[in-house]
Amino acid sequence: MTTSLSMLLLMIGCAIVTWLPRVIPFMLVRNVKLPDVILKWLSYIPICILSALVLESLFHSEDNMVTLDWLNVLAFIPTLIVAIYTKSLFKTVIVGVLTMALIRFFI
Amino acid sequence: MNTQMNVNEALPLDTFSQGVKDCIPTLLGYISIGIAFGVIAITSNLSILEIFLLSVLVYAGSAQFIFCGLYLAGAPFSVIIITTFIVNLRHFLMALTVAPYLTHYSALRNIGFGTLLTDETFGVAVTKLAKEKNLGGNWMDGLNLTAYFTWVASCTLGGIVGKWLPNAESWGLDFALVAMFAALLILNLVDVGKTKLIHYLKLIAVMALIMYGLLYFLPGHLAVLISTVIVATIGVVTEK
Repeated sequence: MTTSLSMLLLMIGCAIVTWLPRVIPFMLVRNVKLPDVILKWLSYIPICILSALVLESLFHSEDNMVTLDWLNVLAFIPTLIVAIYTKSLFKTVIVGVLTMALIRFFI
Repeated sequence: MNTQMNVNEALPLDTFSQGVKDCIPTLLGYISIGIAFGVIAITSNLSILEIFLLSVLVYAGSAQFIFCGLYLAGAPFSVIIITTFIVNLRHFLMALTVAPYLTHYSALRNIGFGTLLTDETFGVAVTKLAKEKNLGGNWMDGLNLTAYFTWVASCTLGGIVGKWLPNAESWGLDFALVAMFAALLILNLVDVGKTKLIHYLKLIAVMALIMYGLLYFLPGHLAVLISTVIVATIGVVTEK
């Protein structure tokens, strides 16, 4: 249960650079009214960011080659089906984790 | 913990307790990834105190994993800090998306909303926005604080588990995050109407191509950021 001053400073440095991008937009929109085109652009951010995060995990890049990460793709199929049919975050996560555990167990 | 019970069933609920409730489905994600992080951090020579402090101060899953990797590899502090900044830059876009709905709250409360913004709480908040078109401050606090305390507790617990079971990773728990993002994506696609849905699905197909291309020369977190900016722009331009 120890740490050092340099480690603490490193963590504080990381905390500051993480905190600023999270907070600045909240201060910005209080003082500036965003133009409609920006608001429209922002309305696409949820779908784009969420699909990018999912896709990132389905690809595998190594030695300048990008391929499908087959293990993740395999586990992703039942996960997606459950998400579409149940529309439940909880059930989707459970099925996803169990599928991945089973795949790792058998492969 | 302060859970206000506000029995006002007729109104859309802006209560702390409703925020806590809406956070519950994501907790499995936080718990499993948090424990996985703690285990990996222990194997990266971080102490339990350092794991606790990192999750309290940085509070960002992927950045914390990368922190461990770089620290173990002996990277200079400047590299660790710059990488953390880039990895978490996507929060800028997320905050910009959510913030316009919360401007009527005080500056201090807005700092609070921003400080505790994560991929998951953002996902839950925009899902609520898609359904109800507004966000309440008490609801945000309930959501954010539940997620935050669960994350810190899970990371610390993971550190303790890691001390006892060095091979606790790779139980499928890492996939919880992917499953959660997939479910949040689907929840954002329901109720949008047929024309809009087709537009979104086309954009996701474009996203797949762009991500594939970008991953040839960019690390994953940068590819996520840049492809989001590109595809959101395509979305605006091709909107009818």
